[in-house]
Amino acid sequence: MTPRILEIRENVLKKNDGLAAELRARFRAAGVFVVNVVSGPGSGKTQLLERTLTAFTVMGLRPAALVGDPETDNDARRLARSGVPVRQIRTHGICHLDAGMVGSHVADWDLTGFDFLFIENVGNLVCTTSYDLGEDLRIILLAVTEGEDKPLKYPGLFNSADAAVVSKCDLAAVCEFDGAAARTNLHAVRPGLPILEVSGKTGTGIDDWVKFLVGRRRSAFESDRGEPCVSRSATW
Amino acid sequence: MHELSIARNVVEIADDIVREARAKRCTVVRVRVGVLSGVAPEALAFCYEAAARGTRLEGSRLVVDSAPLVLRCPMCTRETEVPDVQLACPTCGTATADLTGGRELTVESVEVV
Repeated sequence: MTPRILEIRENVLKKNDGLAAELRARFRAAGVFVVNVVSGPGSGKTQLLERTLTAFTVMGLRPAALVGDPETDNDARRLARSGVPVRQIRTHGICHLDAGMVGSHVADWDLTGFDFLFIENVGNLVCTTSYDLGEDLRIILLAVTEGEDKPLKYPGLFNSADAAVVSKCDLAAVCEFDGAAARTNLHAVRPGLPILEVSGKTGTGIDDWVKFLVGRRRSAFESDRGEPCVSRSATW
Repeated sequence: MHELSIARNVVEIADDIVREARAKRCTVVRVRVGVLSGVAPEALAFCYEAAARGTRLEGSRLVVDSAPLVLRCPMCTRETEVPDVQLACPTCGTATADLTGGRELTVESVEVV
């Protein structure tokens, strides 16, 4: 029999992107601004979020957090000390979160009770790239301990971010971290990327970070009231 | 290493098409993978065989076409393929994050008999 070629042209991640679009609409309708925090393991995501959740609570905002790890609920227990609702997603070895995991962990949450939902992704600079979680903002951390050239080594994820946070700034001098080179590299793979500098340990830069998030939430809800954002994959 | 879950998605999509076409078997599945998609073609090909086992695609070959990075320059409005992840217009040097290619991750076609 003669072979036939059948054209398909279908997005491999259509199932994930469909779920992410549903989540995005649900988040938007509930008034919750969603931040997907990605980075390599050990670059300070949990410590940054501990600070952020506490600062938001003091300001009278209502944050919540989901945290993904292959195993343990250590990070959820750390974040829960801030007193805000926190859930751990244990992926059992899977190297990234997907929209299905997020959906099943927020299914019975009354999202109207939150202003912000932080999703701390699994520490991984490759696999987290392709999965839209229905977020409004994707934040990537670059710890000064990781070196300035991480953006060049992992361009896919850095390019997909909406803003970068240079973390562990209190260690910059000890690590001989070249901040200017880091900025150049970040902008080489993502021109125009906003860059913030923080230390989760000392609290340096947290005020600016908090202001940045509050501003982004305000403009998201002012610019398209009730209208869901365009999905991440559809923008490419 | 998330290529196994990506391979399973590829198999699911292609298997549906093969079933709908009432084909006897599938010989080739062709995918397009952007250089910034976060997917390694070699790892995907490695995982594909395992993902296809026990489906209509068992024994078929996965062909991975790499999709290059394409920039749209906001100044000179040109669309240009760039060899490296240095996101500046090769003609006028303007830095831009406006990509029109390089993030693709699609199942393009299947060959069936």
